Amino acid sequence: MATATAFRPPKPRTKGIGPYLFLSPYLLVTAFFFLFPFFNALTLAFYQTNGPRSRIFVGFENFRFLLTDRTFHTALKNTTLYAIVSVFVQLPLSMGLALLLNSGSKRIRGIFRLIFFSPNLVGQILVGMIFSVLLLPRYGLVNRASQAILHWGLEINWLGDANFIMPAIILVSLWLWVGFNMVYFLAALQTVDKSLEEAARVDGANPWQVFWHVTLPSMRHVVVFVVIMSIIGSYQLFELPLTLLNESNGLGTDNAGLTLITYLNYMAFRSGDLGLGSAVGWVVALIIFTISLIQIRLTRAAED
Amino acid sequence: MNFFHLTFLALALVFVALGLRSKKQAWKYARWTLISLAALVVLSPFAWLLAAIFKDRSVLNEYVFFPPLGKWGATMNLNNFRDLFQGRPSLRGTVFFWDYFLNSTIYATVTTTAQILFSSMAGFALAKYEFRGKTALTLFMLGSMMIPGVLLLAPLYKMVVDLGLVDSLAGLILPSMVSAYGIFLFRQACISVPNEMIDAARLDGCSEFGIYFRVVMPLVRPMAAAFCLVAFLSHWNGFFAPNIFLHSQDKLTLPVVLNLYLSEYRRNQGVFLAGTALAMLPPAALFLALQKEFISGLTSGAVKG
Repeated sequence: MATATAFRPPKPRTKGIGPYLFLSPYLLVTAFFFLFPFFNALTLAFYQTNGPRSRIFVGFENFRFLLTDRTFHTALKNTTLYAIVSVFVQLPLSMGLALLLNSGSKRIRGIFRLIFFSPNLVGQILVGMIFSVLLLPRYGLVNRASQAILHWGLEINWLGDANFIMPAIILVSLWLWVGFNMVYFLAALQTVDKSLEEAARVDGANPWQVFWHVTLPSMRHVVVFVVIMSIIGSYQLFELPLTLLNESNGLGTDNAGLTLITYLNYMAFRSGDLGLGSAVGWVVALIIFTISLIQIRLTRAAED
Repeated sequence: MNFFHLTFLALALVFVALGLRSKKQAWKYARWTLISLAALVVLSPFAWLLAAIFKDRSVLNEYVFFPPLGKWGATMNLNNFRDLFQGRPSLRGTVFFWDYFLNSTIYATVTTTAQILFSSMAGFALAKYEFRGKTALTLFMLGSMMIPGVLLLAPLYKMVVDLGLVDSLAGLILPSMVSAYGIFLFRQACISVPNEMIDAARLDGCSEFGIYFRVVMPLVRPMAAAFCLVAFLSHWNGFFAPNIFLHSQDKLTLPVVLNLYLSEYRRNQGVFLAGTALAMLPPAALFLALQKEFISGLTSGAVKG
């Protein structure tokens, strides 16, 4: 008997209630502060509430209101625009920077990685506060630099002119996030098999072809991960516009900086209609879920 | 033609000159020039901030960065910090800037500690035990990461009000004591701990908790450090939940208060910029201490997955 067990490969074993004890804090907190509010959010969306204490059942009225509310449509449009720019401008920039940094000594790479990551230590509220001053017409650092280099933009009222509000938010988000995503891409680039790239190069592929057909496919898991994380993050944009557009409570001239979560925050916690806020939350969750699912499906399809 | 144009022109000329000699060298030069320029763009707001918090409000916009050294005596002072540290009357007595600092520290530290402990325990259990409901629980944990936190905020707020925990740090800390993302990261890290080590410890009479605490935890320390930073950053900088859950002036955390200062000091920006700069210090210190583990930990989940 003893020899028979000795030759069996070691397997993790059930030890009575052991695993459940280790999991109990997670299960308790999750049941109480995740599952319970989660199901509450499901029902809350069908009520009209006035503050946390009073509620009336209204069926799909909240969702119908969202369908017809022009302000909500503006929020949806602005947020979607931001998400699209995040994926198609910010991520390529992150990838470009990662490719530039990929060679070079480990030490220098580390220093630049530290520099490019540093905006993320600051947090969106603080970044928004700093840039609300950097983007001031005539005096802001951005305006002055733009004037000095391009001879344009000294008097641009980035945060007051409806046409420039989204570009300003996007500009700040680039400063904040390009380095963050670069860290992921850089780590993934390090794991790409160098001999595959070399073989493609020997076969006469140009650098772009090597990147597109060899490098990118072999790091697709990370790319998908980063794309999904960016979309999730983009649809939750809130703190940057709130601080950048502080004078208009985060809305911006003509609601030009209004995002879905700003709208949610306004409806739920300022007007006190938690029901409508929940409905907006579900719309956001649904958008994120759908896009992530499509993204994962597309990648699967491309792999087969 | 100004200084910037001349600089760009000079950089371009060097590129052409190098290109005539060796194409490879020219590209290497171009690469590092681009990287350096990008680094300059990233760093300049920090340099600007450092100058702005020490400049007198009368010269804040006169000089882009620092005034010339000779004029420092007249233009640089600590007035912004003096204004920032002044106590403010509120319904709950005088509140000082350090009170917000303390609130933020308690909130971020307690939450981070709880998240590391509970997430690592759960991650260890999911990685190293076979038990009923394991697959379902793992799927649930992964799925819950997809749910945006704001969705739960409205009902959570209602719950916290019902529990009588609104306007207290406890009401803020309790709901965020575990993190699905943390469990995911610790599960990934624990899977790579060899089973032989765990079995050997068990044969030596080590308790299950002892195995977790003395065998596994030391081995997943890099992940713990990485997650420590992620959790600390997100709570130190957290705004949405604290902004909703906290009401009294003396209970507020730094991001909430700084956001209020933004409109209060619209005409005296140096004050809120000084507060911002101070609020940046603890995360920066923690980041420098944990930098190495952080990068490897942050990316390992994604690279493996």
